[in-house]
Amino acid sequence: MAVRLVQRPGPAASLVIRGARVLDPLAGIDEVRDLVVRDGVIGGDPDGLEVVEAEGRLVVPGFVDPHVHLRTPGREDLEDIATGTRAAAAGGFVTIVAMPNTSPVVDTAAVLGALLERGEQEAAVRVGFLAAITVGQEGRELTEQAELAELGAVGFSDDGHPVADAEVMRRALQYQRITGLPLVLHEEDPSLSGRGVAHEGAVASRLGLQGIPSISESVAVARDAALAEYEGGWIHICHVSASETVEEIRRARARGVRVTGEASPHHLTLTDEAIASLDPARHKMNPPLREESDRLALVAALADGTIDCVATDHAPHDADEKEVPFEEAPFGITGLETAFAVCNTHLVETGALPLATLVRRMGADAAGVLGLPAPSLADGAVADVALIDPAARVVVGHEPFQSKSRNSAWLGEELRGRVELTIAGGRIAWRR
Amino acid sequence: MSRRSLLTIADLDRAEIARILRVGNRFAEVMERDIKKVPTLRGRTIINMFFEASTRTSTSFELAGKRLSADVVNVKGSGSSVEKGETLKDTVITLSSYLPDVIVIRHQSVGACQMAARYTDAAVINAGDGKHEHPTQTLLDLYTIEREVGPLDGLHVAFVGDVAHSRVARSGVRGFQTMGARVSLIGPPTLLPRDAEAALGVTTSTDVRDIADADVVYVLRMQLERMGPGGFVPSLREYAMTYGINHARLRPGQRVMHAGPINRGVEISGELADDPATLIERQAANGMVVRMAVLYDLLAGPAGSTEPAGAPIGAVAV
Ligand SMILES: [Zn+2]
Repeated sequence: MAVRLVQRPGPAASLVIRGARVLDPLAGIDEVRDLVVRDGVIGGDPDGLEVVEAEGRLVVPGFVDPHVHLRTPGREDLEDIATGTRAAAAGGFVTIVAMPNTSPVVDTAAVLGALLERGEQEAAVRVGFLAAITVGQEGRELTEQAELAELGAVGFSDDGHPVADAEVMRRALQYQRITGLPLVLHEEDPSLSGRGVAHEGAVASRLGLQGIPSISESVAVARDAALAEYEGGWIHICHVSASETVEEIRRARARGVRVTGEASPHHLTLTDEAIASLDPARHKMNPPLREESDRLALVAALADGTIDCVATDHAPHDADEKEVPFEEAPFGITGLETAFAVCNTHLVETGALPLATLVRRMGADAAGVLGLPAPSLADGAVADVALIDPAARVVVGHEPFQSKSRNSAWLGEELRGRVELTIAGGRIAWRR
Repeated sequence: MSRRSLLTIADLDRAEIARILRVGNRFAEVMERDIKKVPTLRGRTIINMFFEASTRTSTSFELAGKRLSADVVNVKGSGSSVEKGETLKDTVITLSSYLPDVIVIRHQSVGACQMAARYTDAAVINAGDGKHEHPTQTLLDLYTIEREVGPLDGLHVAFVGDVAHSRVARSGVRGFQTMGARVSLIGPPTLLPRDAEAALGVTTSTDVRDIADADVVYVLRMQLERMGPGGFVPSLREYAMTYGINHARLRPGQRVMHAGPINRGVEISGELADDPATLIERQAANGMVVRMAVLYDLLAGPAGSTEPAGAPIGAVAV
């Protein structure tokens, strides 16, 4: 049984990146030097290779995103594997993992098999797929997880929907002993969220919006951490948004529960004040943008490792779906193309997070939460490389998006950091 | 370029509100004449889009436009293109192609007017969007208090009841505060919005006896249709017992308001609702002149200009 990451075939990259700051926190590398990629592998003889002048640039292990919506199958008008992975490459990502809440849901070997095949033909970077925890993501019967694992699923998730029934979650945790794969959890108590559309707090009260309370998330995490502890399971918590949730993860870890967490660039940098303009294309997401105290708790948790990684929750929607009153719009924003620049601008440049920590949380640590191999710049590693101009000013949306959708929270905002070259799985996936 | 819109009461500062109330006074004089029509907005077009039923508000907007001699078109949500699957955006764009000067929108969802304003050059007036705001209701409330009670500065207004679902309260809090009034919110804990103190700059209480200190008791309608299943209060009977406003709960001199329609015997007793000392009937009557003033302000009286002289407004159309 082995997790499968698939990618379109292509020639192996061979080039020398000259004079950049080479930074790989896990391999203990941080120096200005050349980086050689020969035949898709780091290191080797630079003679005769194409030279990429990269003074003032940054070379890091390529990023990994454990939480992406490729909208395929079913809504290829919003995103497909080709465009989604191109957006990933443009954002410096070398591996992404797609969520199974598609139409149909990825809950059978047939659907997963077809996706893996398409990925082998279309994916610019390596892509893996999560399969659903329950049939139809309806929260009742477990999917045929042994078979899905056999085929190469990365793990299991009902993302978009919480597993509301505690007994079903408990059985999924028991069944994990067969598959050995993580349960990737969208944590929300539906009875507390109700028909909420924004964080329950001062801003929603002012705008008359139905609230989604922080405890809707943290209560669910507390339950699942307790179940995972009881069953000895492995869980990963999606898009952590609330300070209470951070505390629950901390407490569970202290008890020895195998639990990891991710936070999105938007939850790390924006608060519910942003929704005052009532523009759903930019600021309606689930979980919702919360308060400054939550944001600060997330940043601190990302810094100390309680939150293991950054995950974009890249959620493409087209303009029509979002050009409706705030209350009626679907949740979600895109994120692959802006993730590094957003975190670089709002976390690194503000001094909230060291660059090396960000690089680690977007790379090796993001791979680790799902048990995927960590990208590395060590000699002999398969080339998973992002070359970045960290000081470049980029106005979001001025250059066309690689994604089919442009529902970004940062549309029109100037960010610092541009990905100039991405080598994924030894192949050039993006070159500006 | 879009015209100035009235999407939330926060779009108006104190001076602008005061100006609209003064213009309202002027129109009230006109309405005492035999022929209640002025030529002020002749040649202008107003489209009323009501996606949610509201006889009171839609009628007063329609009459306000007609008495200013504007061409008024009413589009109802039911049976309209909206029911045939056309989006609000498409409807707004289509209607905008007829070049209206104003589009008045009542909609069940928060953010509908903000969204509509992005797709039209007409001035958009929010006539109520979901639980968000209802700014012209607040203007008529302010107008009513100023005429019937006195200056707003320093007054204490207590909203009582279903604050959580009330756009009247949400606009009201901001509008009353802008004019110098103090506002408190009183109601069952399940119907007070979270962090209301921080969100709205008010005091809150769950004890109905705290209305004692208020000059104006603003009774909110129990919005049963917005509550859905689940029960924000155990029963309407208990609600009436614990929060219903009646003569016994009031002290002499306190004035009572309600934006209607009334749930008799629930949030307010029938006797109190019928008591001429309450302001409820005045509120309804004042709706039209205040909406005339708002239309005038957006179309004929650009911000910063002088107020209408008696003559042009008073000139009777024939
Ligand atoms: Zn998601």
